[in-house]
This record gives sequence, structure tokens and C-alpha cells, in this order.
Amino acid sequence: MSVARPLPHDAARLHVTGQARYVDDIPVPADCLHLAFGQSTIAAGRIGELDLDAVRTAPGVVSVITASDLPAENDVSPAPIFHEEMLSSGEIQYVGQPVFLVVATSHLAARKAARLARITYEERPAILTIDDAIAADWRFEEGPRIYERGDPEAAITAAERVVEGAIEIGGQEHFYLEGQAALAMPQEGGDMVVHCSSQHPTEIQHKVAEALGRPMHSVRVEVRRMGGAFGGKESQGNALACACAVAARTTGKPCKMRYDRDDDMTITGKRHDFRIAYRAGIDATGRIAGITFEQYCRCGWSLDLSLPVADRAMLHADNAYFLPAVRITSHRLRTNTQSATAYRGFGGPQGMLGIERVLDHIAHTVGREPLEVRRRNFYEEAPGTEAGGPSAPPRPPEDISGQKKTGTLTPYHMDVEDFCLSALSEQLAESSKYLTRKSVVAEWNAANPILKKGLSLTPVKFGISFTLTHLNQAGALVHVYNDGSIHLNHGGTEMGQGLFQKVAQVAAARFGVDTDRVKITATDTGKVPNTSATAASSGSDLNGMAVQAACDTIRDRLAEFVSERFQAPPEKVRFAGGMVHVGDEALPFDQVVLEAYQARISLSATGFYKTPDISWDRINGAGRPFFYFAYGAAVTEVVVDTLTGENRILRTDILHDAGSSLNPALDIGQIEGGYVQGAGWLTTEELVWDGRGRLTTHAPSTYKIPACSDRPDIFNVALWDAPNRADTIYRSKAVGEPPFMLGISAFLALSDAVAACGPGYPALDAPATPERILAAIARVRA
Amino acid sequence: MEITFLLNGETVEVQTAPTRTLLDWLREESGLSGTKEGCNEGDCGACTVMVTAPGEAPRSLNACILFLPQLAGKAVRTVEGLQGPDGTLHPVQEAMITHHGSQCGFCTPGIVMSLATGHTNGQTDHDDLLAGNLCRCTGYAPIVRSAEAAGSAPVPEWISGAPEFSDAAFTGRHQERQRSSAQEEGAVARPSSSDELAAWYMAHPDATLVAGATDVGLWVTKGLRELSPLAFLAGCEDLRQIETTEDGVRIGAMVTIDDMRPVMAERHPSFGELLRRFASVQVRGAATIGGNIANGSPIGDCPPALIALGATLHLRKGDTRRSLPLEDFFVAYGKQDRRQGEFVEAVSIPNQPDTLRCYKLSKRFDQDISAVCGCFNINVANGSVATARIAFGGMAATPKRARAVEEALVGRTWSDETVSAALPAFAEDYTPISDMRASAEYRLEAAGNMLRRFHAETTGLATDVLAVRP
Repeated sequence: MSVARPLPHDAARLHVTGQARYVDDIPVPADCLHLAFGQSTIAAGRIGELDLDAVRTAPGVVSVITASDLPAENDVSPAPIFHEEMLSSGEIQYVGQPVFLVVATSHLAARKAARLARITYEERPAILTIDDAIAADWRFEEGPRIYERGDPEAAITAAERVVEGAIEIGGQEHFYLEGQAALAMPQEGGDMVVHCSSQHPTEIQHKVAEALGRPMHSVRVEVRRMGGAFGGKESQGNALACACAVAARTTGKPCKMRYDRDDDMTITGKRHDFRIAYRAGIDATGRIAGITFEQYCRCGWSLDLSLPVADRAMLHADNAYFLPAVRITSHRLRTNTQSATAYRGFGGPQGMLGIERVLDHIAHTVGREPLEVRRRNFYEEAPGTEAGGPSAPPRPPEDISGQKKTGTLTPYHMDVEDFCLSALSEQLAESSKYLTRKSVVAEWNAANPILKKGLSLTPVKFGISFTLTHLNQAGALVHVYNDGSIHLNHGGTEMGQGLFQKVAQVAAARFGVDTDRVKITATDTGKVPNTSATAASSGSDLNGMAVQAACDTIRDRLAEFVSERFQAPPEKVRFAGGMVHVGDEALPFDQVVLEAYQARISLSATGFYKTPDISWDRINGAGRPFFYFAYGAAVTEVVVDTLTGENRILRTDILHDAGSSLNPALDIGQIEGGYVQGAGWLTTEELVWDGRGRLTTHAPSTYKIPACSDRPDIFNVALWDAPNRADTIYRSKAVGEPPFMLGISAFLALSDAVAACGPGYPALDAPATPERILAAIARVRA
Repeated sequence: MEITFLLNGETVEVQTAPTRTLLDWLREESGLSGTKEGCNEGDCGACTVMVTAPGEAPRSLNACILFLPQLAGKAVRTVEGLQGPDGTLHPVQEAMITHHGSQCGFCTPGIVMSLATGHTNGQTDHDDLLAGNLCRCTGYAPIVRSAEAAGSAPVPEWISGAPEFSDAAFTGRHQERQRSSAQEEGAVARPSSSDELAAWYMAHPDATLVAGATDVGLWVTKGLRELSPLAFLAGCEDLRQIETTEDGVRIGAMVTIDDMRPVMAERHPSFGELLRRFASVQVRGAATIGGNIANGSPIGDCPPALIALGATLHLRKGDTRRSLPLEDFFVAYGKQDRRQGEFVEAVSIPNQPDTLRCYKLSKRFDQDISAVCGCFNINVANGSVATARIAFGGMAATPKRARAVEEALVGRTWSDETVSAALPAFAEDYTPISDMRASAEYRLEAAGNMLRRFHAETTGLATDVLAVRP
């Protein structure tokens, strides 16, 4: 069967030969125009005079568009309750904010002209940092959001010991290799076709329709593939698509816009940076009795997706640990900086790093092995998990942590019913020789005064489903042509994750044919309407199910047709190996299809899926926001230079739960890539703004994502191959985001190495640049 | 201006503005969109192409900061030209499919071109080979697996055969263009020797000289500047010489970092290692030693090492030549001791015992600009410091010697105590700035600790995280 096979990415051959087409590669008519935004140079204030004469007369400029020239809506916000201007009508909220739009005959001409504006401002003091925003009480929502269970204050007061502290967590630039891009082609009657690099074609359709003052049916959006997205193309492409559509309407010509890399980094949002303060009451063994978190989330100037991001940070403040009494307070702070946006994990990584930091701090405080302390606090293992992992070792009579039953209830009142991290972490500790290596590292450190090694094992439990319940739906469109070839379409978008291949494998499996027979086609709002963003790791779960439903509709029609002919019940008809089997008879699939066509049977169907069993009250923090959880754990070993703080990852071992994998090769690709991206977030990737709110790390020369040599020297990745307990597509699990958070083990391994330098607790902040590590070393020695 | 080069084996003649980049030309004019723009500043490698000069091994270069005139007479191979004539995939393409080396695919053409170039040249140091190719999806592991798998495959005949330059018509046309351009008067020059350059530059002292364009390229792609007058120095063969003399080695200004690296690595392995971490393969294959010195950047990586080695800079203006200690060339931020119409001709490094240690500190090991680059040339004899030449980048407005530190060391016992006593001298030598790479305090502390590292190293302690294996 085609599912579970490690097939290459469907476009791999196109990728390696340079034939894979991205938005900027689509051949355009010679009269295509090119756009660039003129940007604000201050962080906060009002535009005084906007003198665009030099822009208008610059070589190649066809038109210059300002807010007052827009034909309809000037709003590119993904949030219905917030107005985010595409072009500023006067208010300036951050450096880089689009103020006007240049339409020119070439990309270079547009960029050059965009710099020629003379703008005066009435500047006001900018609110840039978390501290600025707290002081000004500038925030979204009326006050902090609070999730609470039990009486944490009482539990902390009654506890034997209290651990408290705070961690600063930096943001992250997506650095998708293909920058934001859109192309609008005007059609007859004022209609518009938009090609764009977006995870959310329906939203592009919606915002473009609003920008043109037309119904959604006038706009068709097509996305074949993105050159990476990672959440950065969920809402941040709206401005480009709307700009292209408006300019195309104004000029009557195709209009294309792509951000130069520096513009991309200056204009678009990034991962939210956080400060998380914590206070935990614990017993002498490190078991948590009560805990409080204050999460300060820097949202930037516009609402964008910040509320669900901050919610998800709260929803992952527990990670893998049962918290008997807990309060999570979330402050959604506004600042005069780029509007922070979706980024792989969507707040989950920040929330998770908060609690992992707490566990690390607790273990240091009680002087116990961190893995033991973690296991002591784990949620209760789901019954039957021991048998879940096929190669899970038999459990020792007594758990090494002497673990008693804890609980299953999350801070948001949902029971964790599929917890497997006790067994999974045990198996990983075994396969990675964690405990043995711990002592080897200790010996090595004793012999090396300048270099220090560190080792850490951290778990991941990540909730799967959009927390906005209605987004958990998907549609598909499948045609079987009368030659037996299959046309596949669904609402998901391809950004490199291999979604299209996984879903094609599902379609091929339903018809019992080879994947070669399935044509993967571009996401198209004209084929499948009202789609959700390809986000929240839900792509395969949702679209796989919708495609299965569409395929099964057609398959059932074929089965009925065949069963009538062979006088057999339809349930006896099987589709396998490119044949249709009825009893002892077997007919080639294409023959059955041709005959069904001739018998006037419809060979086209839509499919639809909505995730069952979920409901969520985000204000009160109660309900069942997630259909299930995805799990994983990583062990990372690092080495640190105590003279400069330079550091490297030496070895990483990962065991990750992808359920019954739809495609193990693609899933391992997500795990390896997610881990390295997560480790990058917490080590080399540092966003720096200057005192005037200018992002000074706005290009790869200054913003450093991991390079090839930054991956672990030894990198062992294995799948915890157990079927999903929830009824998902072929019992697989979502895998896009969860492995990102395995990178936390790299961060805590660095903390472990620093802790080897002295008696104090490192209290390392993220990203752990050499400079921050050197500062932490000084702290532990103080 | 008009130039001739080979594109995927076909002769092309291009009428171009002098600062048109190869990438823009490929994507906007030639119809070849396989080569991608990821950053437009030579940092991501998505635009990597293979460029071969007659008689040389192929190099991978960043097409985004390569001006078309730099390609005159060379052969360019893009991802579209990597397959065999019958469509057979190159071994690295095949391996990238088999080993799941692509996800979003956008960096892939550049990765494939870097790997193919390395494959052709027999390189197996894949981390170095790919240091200039960023991938955000895969975490690189499957790419390295692909590279390793392809390593054993022979270089395909259609690559090793390199039939390109055998085309006499091509060579003839190119030479004709070069001759006619040599006689060009006006704003753009393509001198074919340093004599020609010297004469032209006297007449156009405000001109921009383009060597590898790894810096000047950004003036155009990011600064959006119009550069005129302009001279492309690629034809000045005589500036590309490395001469070994009795006293030392003299490196012509147009020698690329790549070509200089083995020479320096042999004499001073630590300098060689510094050059391994100098930008990326794509940049090192274009960037020149002359450019790295002449642009006067306080964070260029060669000057501190060269100053520590006591290098001499050779300048030429018209027919007048002069030489000066390299450290004296750097006067102030953005200001060098270079007169109107004067250009860097060469740098020479005296023979000496190897006591050089270079330490490059950056957020990322590979392809990053130094926050601090410290180079120590300390000669210890009979337990005490006989001589010391120490220079730093990233610590001042120019590459600068640490004279106070040197003074605190020379003549004293080479010991922990001496090193500790010398540390305060760093603050006398340097008042670094805080920027996005590091704070002033950290720079100063790390610089001092580099001296401590040097000393620890000489006592046999492990000090290099890059040397640690799991």
C-alpha cells in the first residue's frame, strides 16, 4: 500500500533540476509591473508631510499609490477585530511600516524609487520592549488572561521549598528561503487571479476581495508551493497580495511584488519574544506542588494572530508535567515593532521552554538528576503504553524515579489520555545511553578546566488542533479521469513539508493504485473553498481525511458498479495493486473506471472533514482544545568554551512519536529540520533592535540561522512507531511543529555545561549566544 | 558594454549595464529561473552557480553579487545545465532525491550546484562546502547524506569533459571583446594588466575598482548605488600572482582568499583555519586579498592576521610604488593611507617561525562576520616572551595592534601571572563598540580571554570546541 512508504517528496526531481516553479518563477507577460513599498523610518508618530514627487518622477515608475488612493478596504489584518492598514493613512507604529506603494517597470526600479520619498513625521516616544509596554500598560485585551486550577499560592506556601526566577526568550525570524511574493493577473469583468506564496489562500482571497471591494467569487488564488513558510506566510503575505491586486486593477496590468530580503525582515512579523517569570513550590524530591507563571508576550504593533499564539503558550505551560495547583497569567503586550506572528509551534515553544526551565532549575536546586525529576512530575502514563512502542524495553519492577501516580488533568481541565512519555523517555534514555554519558561528561568536565560539556534530555507534549475550533475543517476535490488517472486537490498548501505527497499516498491507497497515477495539483480557491491555513501541524490530519472521504465516495460508486456486474455485495470489492478485486475476479483499475464512465457514473467527488470531540472556551481556559497530543524527546550533548562562551552541539538522539507514520522519510525530515530550527532559535538566532526601534539584524549577514556545520555531529533520529489512539488518517500523527521543541534539549544542555562551572544556577536566557553563555558562567561562579 | 561567456555550454553575447548581476540577468532576461534569489547579498547561496575560468578548476560563486562583466571569457553552469545531454541526472541530483535532501526546494538548486562543484573538485569536507548554502527546512542531515552518497560516483563525462573552452570561435570572440574593451575610453574599464589599470586609474581617480565584488556587489544590490566610473580588474593576470621570495611570500591583490588559503595554511596553520572560516566557499572564490585590505573594514578577517605577521602592503599610483607596514594603512574608520589614483598591488608576508594563533569569535562558526578576531604572534624563548605582535579586528574603528598588551608581555615569563597582569592593557588598546554582534564589555572580556586561551593552549590544555568530538 502507498501509505507508510518512505517515498521522496513529490517535487524532489523538480527541486534538484531547478524546474520547481515558485511565484517569482511564473512566466509573466512582458508588460508585468513590479511593486515595492516605501517604508516608515520611525517607530511611532504621525506622518507630517508626504512628498512623493521624486518617487513619481524616478525612472521606470508607472504609478505611486497611497492610502487615500485605495479603492476599497485598507486592511490586511487576519484578525476580524483589528484594523491593520496596508498603507499607513497617518499613524506610524513601527520602523518599516508600509506608507506608500511604488508601481514600476522593474523590481529594481521600484526598489530604487521607494527610497526617494521625503517624509516628515511628528514623532512620539516609542514603546519597544516588554518593560516599556508593562510601564505604559499598552496591551491587547483588557487585561491579562488567566488560566487557573486549584490554589497555587496555598500550595507554594505549604511547600518545602520554593524555586523562582524568570527567563527571557528571544523571538525568531522565519527566514524562509523564498521571501514573500505575490502576482496578480487582472481578468475580464474586474476579476482577479492571484498567485502567491501563502499558507492561507482563502484568507488571501478574502483580503484581496475586500481590497478590491468585490465578492470573494471574483478572486481566485492559486498556490503551488512555497519556498518555506514556518508560519511566516500565514498572514504576512496579505499585504503583498492586496497591493498587487490593487495595482493590477489600477493599471490593468499584471503586477508582481516580492520583498527583497532586508525588506522582508524589516516589514514582516517574527516569533513572539517572551519573558516568563515562575514560582514553584516543590518537595525535597523536586515534585511540584503548586506553580505560577507570568507570561509576558511581546506582540508588536498589530493584533495579527497574537491572541491564539499567547493562548497556545499558556496551553503548553505544563508541557509533560502534571501541575497539581497552577496559575498561568498571560500579558499580551503591544510595542512599536513588527507585529509578531505565527511561527512553528505558535507560542507552544515559549510556554514549553518556561516549564522546562523550571524543571531544570528545580533539579539544580534539589541536586537530583534532571531526568529523574522530570519523570517524577510527568503526567500519568496512559494505560497500555508499555506495549505501544514496538521496541519498548520491559519496564523495571520499580520505575527508576520511584514514580507514584500523578494525574492526568491539564491546567485547562482537559485530561491527557494518551500520555506515553514515561515509556518513550525511558527508551530514549536507554538507546542514547543517557545515564552512562552523564557520568562520562562529569569525568570529562573534571579533566578539562576550559571546555565543559553538558547533556540534557527534554520531552515534548504538543497539543494537536487549531484552538479556534471552527478552523478544524478541510475540504478536498478528487476527479478520476476515464483513463484511470487521478486528479487530487485539497485545501492544504505545500511549503516543503511533504503534505502533497502524504495526501497523494492516502489517495493512492484508497484506490489501491500507485502514487504515479495521482496528479498533485496546486491549491486553488476555485477548487476547494473556505479552507483553513495550513498551520497548527494539521495539514495531513485534516486534508488527508478530507481526501480519504472524497476518494471513498468515488470508490464506493465504483464498488457498487462492479458489485452489480459480478452479483457480489459491494463490501466484497477490494482495490489493491492497481486492480479491482471481486471474489476471485480481478479487473484493472483503469478498465473499471472506463466502464464506469461509460455506464454514466460520476467520477468526481468532494470530501469534507471536521475534527470530532473538540470544544474550547478560550476565555475561561476550559474544555478540550486538542484532539490528541504528539510526543517526543531529545537528548543533546554540547560543549562550551568557558573563555568566550562559544559552543557546539556534539550529539543528538531523538525519539519522536509520529503515530503510524504516513511517510517515515518525510516525518524524519520534519524531525531533523524541526530540531535544528529549534536549536537555532535558542542559540545563534538573535534579533536585535536598536534604541529607536530599528531591527539591526535584518539580513543573513547579521541574523544567523544554523549552517550546515551547526547540525549535531552525531544525529540519531528514530520514530516511536505506535498508532495514534485518536482516529486520525491511518492513525498517523501531526509532525510539523512538535519536533521544533526538541531543540529545547540543546538549550538545557548548554545550561548543564554552564552549571559545571560553579555552584550557582545558570539562569540562562535565550538565545544562548556566546555572550549570554559567558555571562551565565560568571553568574554560576559568583 | 558587451561581453561573451559560456552559459551551460552555449556561447552568449550580452549587451549589459556594467553592474547588472548574473542572477538578475539569468532570471529576468535569459529565461533561466532555476537559480534563486534568497538574500541578494551573498549569504544564503540559493543563487550558487558553477563558474570556470580557462585552465582552472570550477568554483561555486554567488550569482547575486557577480556582475556580468566579471564573467567575460568564463564558463557559467547553472542548475539547468547540470544534467547530461540526454537528461541523466548528475549524481548529486540523484542522491538528493534518494536521500530526501530537499523539502521546500528553494535552496536546492544552490545546494546542488555547490555539491556538484565540490564533487567535480573531489572535495569531501561537506560542512565547509555547504557553509555558504543556507537551508531552513532539512537541518542539513539529509543533504550531507546525499553528498556522501554521491561522493563515490565518478564525475560525469559531461562535466569532466569540459568541452567549453575548446570552442575556438568562443575564445576568438571573447578575445576580440577584450581587445576592444581595453581600448574603451570612459566610465568603464577592463584593464588587462596592472600597468593598464595604473594608467587608467590615474585618469579616473574617483573610480570604483571591482575585484571579486563580494563587498561592492552589495553597494549595488542593497545600497542601490550607481557606480561610475568603474574598472573590472579580473583581466589583470599579473595581480593574481603568488610569489615566494627569499624573505617571504608576496601575494598579488587579485589573489582570491581561496587561492591564498593553502599557501597561508602551509606556513601558518592557524591562519589557514581562520581562512577556512572566512565567509563561505562562494565568497572565498571571488573575494580577493586586495579587496579585504583596501576596503578598510574594521571587521575584515585578513588584516589582523597579516598585521600580526608583520605584513607589508605594496601600493601603486601610476608608475610610483611605495610600501608600508600594513597596520599603518588603516588610519581611521573609513580612512586609509591611500592616495588618489593609488591602488593595492600586493601584500608580502615575511618568513618567520610559526607562532601565530588566530581566534575568530562570532555567533555562528561558519560564514559569519567576526565580533572579535584576535591574532597573536607570540614568540616564547627560554620561558619568556621574546617578541609579540598582536592585532585585533572588531575591537576598534580599524584593524589595530594591541601595543599595550604586547608591551605587558614582552620580556616577561610566559605564565598565567604574566597573562593576568597583561589583561588590563586591553582596555588601554581598545574601546570597542556595542552592536548587533556583541556588546563592548563582552568584546573586551573575550579579547582578553583569547590571550588566556593562547596561553592555555601552549600549556597543552584543550581549548577548541571545534576540536571536541562526541
